[in-house]
Amino acid sequence: MRVTDQVREAIDRLEIPFGALGVDEYGTSKEHLRSALSAFAFLYRHYFTVETHGIEHVPSRGRAMLVGNHSGGIAIDAAMVIAACLLEMNPPRLAQTMTDKFLARMPFIGTWSSRMGQLTGLPQHAERLLEDERLLLVFPEGTRGTAKLYRDRHSLVDFGTGFMRLALRTKTPIIPVAVLGGSEAFPTIANAYRMGQFFGVPYIPVVAYGLPVPFPTKIEIEIGQPFVPKSDGIEDNVAIRAQVEEVKSTIGRMVLAGARRRRGVLSEIDRAQRVDALADESA
Amino acid sequence: MGAAGGVATRLVVRLLGEGHAVFGIDQRPWVGAPVEYYEGDLRLRSAERAFGAWRPDVVVHMDPAASPFADDDDRRGSLVEMTRTVFDYCKAHGVEHCVQVSRHTFYGAGSGLPLFRLEHEPASDTHGFPRLADVVAADTFATNVLWRVPELVTTVLRECYTLGPTGHGTLALYLRAKRVPVVLGFDPLIQLIHEEDAISALVRTIERRPRGVFNIAGPPPLPLSDVIREAGRIPVSIPEFAFAGLLGRFGLPPLDRGAISHLKFPIVVDSSAFRTCANFSFAHDVLGTIHAFRDAFPPSGQ
Repeated sequence: MRVTDQVREAIDRLEIPFGALGVDEYGTSKEHLRSALSAFAFLYRHYFTVETHGIEHVPSRGRAMLVGNHSGGIAIDAAMVIAACLLEMNPPRLAQTMTDKFLARMPFIGTWSSRMGQLTGLPQHAERLLEDERLLLVFPEGTRGTAKLYRDRHSLVDFGTGFMRLALRTKTPIIPVAVLGGSEAFPTIANAYRMGQFFGVPYIPVVAYGLPVPFPTKIEIEIGQPFVPKSDGIEDNVAIRAQVEEVKSTIGRMVLAGARRRRGVLSEIDRAQRVDALADESA
Repeated sequence: MGAAGGVATRLVVRLLGEGHAVFGIDQRPWVGAPVEYYEGDLRLRSAERAFGAWRPDVVVHMDPAASPFADDDDRRGSLVEMTRTVFDYCKAHGVEHCVQVSRHTFYGAGSGLPLFRLEHEPASDTHGFPRLADVVAADTFATNVLWRVPELVTTVLRECYTLGPTGHGTLALYLRAKRVPVVLGFDPLIQLIHEEDAISALVRTIERRPRGVFNIAGPPPLPLSDVIREAGRIPVSIPEFAFAGLLGRFGLPPLDRGAISHLKFPIVVDSSAFRTCANFSFAHDVLGTIHAFRDAFPPSGQ
């Protein structure tokens, strides 16, 4: 993938202390970012024609935690949020996700992921990144979120509480993110869990049209207002759970509002296409 | 203790230069040693007599038995015994400060382990890597002395890989050949410190006498493939299933099979506690360190 000037410039402007050979202390490599994010930028601009609303809610500097919903059988959502923070923000920022542990065990993928600054989902990693004033991207639904079937695309599964305790302990603002369209791009109709175990992954998504390639459908990213949860993170589970549910319902509302808007937009497009088709036929 | 090793001999010279009276013990010969030197097994009565006659204030224990190279099986298991002997002598002869030089590999390497390791973290599973089990046992013994013998100031230093112009140490041995094996699809971060900086850290420890366990590291880590290339070597990717069978053949280094996980996953230590406590900072950057090794040991065939 050819590195575009925009991606090259954005990566050069990242406020990350890259050291010798363009590698930071977490192993994030400028060279890898350039090639991978060029591919992400192509998908963002031309394949999924992503629309991002509310990017101004992400602070330009300092620690912050983007908390999003999973949408689609593979983590297209994470890739597109990373691309949005790089391409839409000024100065650009690198959103760093907490990846599933199985990724680190996989040859090539684990290395590629860490060179992209995406670390294994451990509390120590998340805390250190936040203490270093980085931008964290978390999906509290975990792999249960990506395993959602197409029919459940607008629902959210249970959120873990780890992200909330971490945000409280490190006094990090939480920024809710709703990603829409991932499930249309990768419409999972079933998950092959046994086959997944054979390959060392949690499951293998089975898509409606057979080929495990994302469909070029429009993806939308809605970024909400940040808020700083108050307390010190050592409360009982009940208190933490209540705050987690608040974040979950905020994201849930954003997803449903987006889905409603999206239905309207998509049916408008559908109507326009039908009108065009009729016009062509009559011509 | 372990005075004839690569870093140890230079430490001795540095300490002499700073006006310290230094004595050395090691099983290995040290021809032309600039200090009073006992060559033989530390556990022998004659060694204890020499130790008692010197009456040192500070003891630095550096033992090479922790190497992941599989060419010295008879030393396996001796590290913890040596460590116990060192601390027994320290107690018996009124030593004030004992420094146990351990390895950062103590923490182990694995896919589910954190990237940055702090001193309070336990060792991970050492199953299948007996040499690492020795390091962990010796380190744990020394750490226990911290509370069992409070009158002895004990410092345990978990040092990352040293590299430099002497070509001593685990990483230098791994990088010695022109072609260096790596596990296909993996490229862990490698943390290293210049030999001279490692010596400075030891000198600082002797001067400041910090009590406790400390990680010692130099500049931020680099991916293994970059370290190999900067050292003027060629990384040779070998699939994991074939890796163990090819070690020690076709010019590849004779690594212990248990070390394979160390070539797949990183061990990076956070050394901020030592930097603060001993007011230590490294003087050599990572590329300068690798290039110093490369210039002293150009790849064979050049």
